[in-house]
Amino acid sequence: MQDLTEPILELVRLTSTDLPADVEQALRQAVEREAPGSAARGALETILKNVALSRANSTPICQDTGTPLFYVRHPAGWSTRSLRAQIESAVAQATAHAYLRPNSVDSLSGKNSGNNLGGHYFPTIHFEEVEGEALVIELMLKGGGCENVGAQYSLPHSQLGAGRDLAGVRKVVLDAVHQAQGQGCAPGILGVAIGGDRGSSYYASKEALLRKLDEPNPDESLAALEARLTQEANQLGIGPMGFGGETTVLDAKITHLNRLPASYFVSVSYMCWAYRRRKMVWKDGQVSYS
Amino acid sequence: MRSVQIPISDETIRSLEVGEPVALSGVMITGRDAAHKWMVDTFIKKTRQPEGDDQQVYAALKPILAGGVIYHCGPVVAGLDTKDYRFVAAGPTTSSREEPYQGDVMRHFNVKGVIGKGGMGPKTLAACQEAPGAYLHAIGGAASLIAQSVKRVLGVHKLDFGVPEAMWVIEVQDFPVVVTMDAHGRSQHAVIEAQSKSALEKLLAA
Ligand code: SF4
Repeated sequence: MQDLTEPILELVRLTSTDLPADVEQALRQAVEREAPGSAARGALETILKNVALSRANSTPICQDTGTPLFYVRHPAGWSTRSLRAQIESAVAQATAHAYLRPNSVDSLSGKNSGNNLGGHYFPTIHFEEVEGEALVIELMLKGGGCENVGAQYSLPHSQLGAGRDLAGVRKVVLDAVHQAQGQGCAPGILGVAIGGDRGSSYYASKEALLRKLDEPNPDESLAALEARLTQEANQLGIGPMGFGGETTVLDAKITHLNRLPASYFVSVSYMCWAYRRRKMVWKDGQVSYS
Repeated sequence: MRSVQIPISDETIRSLEVGEPVALSGVMITGRDAAHKWMVDTFIKKTRQPEGDDQQVYAALKPILAGGVIYHCGPVVAGLDTKDYRFVAAGPTTSSREEPYQGDVMRHFNVKGVIGKGGMGPKTLAACQEAPGAYLHAIGGAASLIAQSVKRVLGVHKLDFGVPEAMWVIEVQDFPVVVTMDAHGRSQHAVIEAQSKSALEKLLAA
């Protein structure tokens, strides 16, 4: 089996230091919506300057390089045990190169491991065997500030008047955006999962964030809800950093899972503007990144 | 943009108003969760005995914090092996976690400015009026850009808290912030919270 430690290290570097084009594009459009001279516009301009600088100097876009979440789709015959070892080694090296901040803290002792490793869940790695010849590794860096403002609702929710339908989903998601205010480094991107149990629902809400901003939802009713939520969340006027303004979220990505008859969960994963996700494809000994 | 030099006088801090962009220059110190809890438990509420280098660090902090600025930040630092420290990425972290401690820390050390993101609550706002002081909002996530305004790392205390939680003494030039809580009891965060609440209620009723 090939040793992919080096290409994975490059995946980590790219993810931490080079914001994807679709996200940068959305931020550029957002600048134009904000009034000249406003704190909101100033914040977005600073953000864009920072994005360019991080790319040029290969330094982290944000110092909170978050939880590294790896999604590995491998053809038959790959050892997930050795892939895990290679990912862990790449993560430790990326930390030594200062592409990642040491972020893995023992919950009981409070000690930081210093290399972003620790236990079975840090980094978090999801494996799935797939058809075909290509090995695909996607990496998302999910920061703590925005993770802390994520929310899960059990519907019906009487206080918000939210029932078990898409109208109810709309209400709780708007509530989550209001609760978050600027704390998750607005403008954010909403990953929303409808259904599942509490665990699978949150998991899917993050996975929804792997879809590009310009990629439409294949389900028409969800595509319509995504557009409406984005527009209405922006009517809240929270604005970049919570300074007030036109841009509170850049987009919403919704997915759905089967659920138990008794349960109807809606999970919202709030992704900050520093929406760091990259993909690596390994095929016939060649690596490519997007 | 207005330039403000650290240490900051009471007069200057009182002249800052909500919404105003400011460029800060001078020496400041980082501190977040572990540092705030340690300062309050050991020297303000005194619920734990000083141990190890606690007293020395306290003596070193006092002159930096008097008239000074504390920055809620857990940086990415290069040169950890050689101790030739450089800030690589240094944006603000969420300030609300320090709400239980911040007011006491401001009064005890006579801190004038608190930099972070997301704003703080009524206890800190009250301390801003008394101290007087101000809450200065940095641009969350603008880590490389802010790191460039850090000219030198002058030292570090409590590195055993871990790199993000340690107290880094830094010299900055033209560090960009926006005043979102001022010494006159005004909070941009409270205003936006209330406005967005009424917008939400309208949308939910529709
Ligand atoms: S929420 Fe995102 S941009 Fe803000 S500090 Fe955390 S990781 Fe950085």
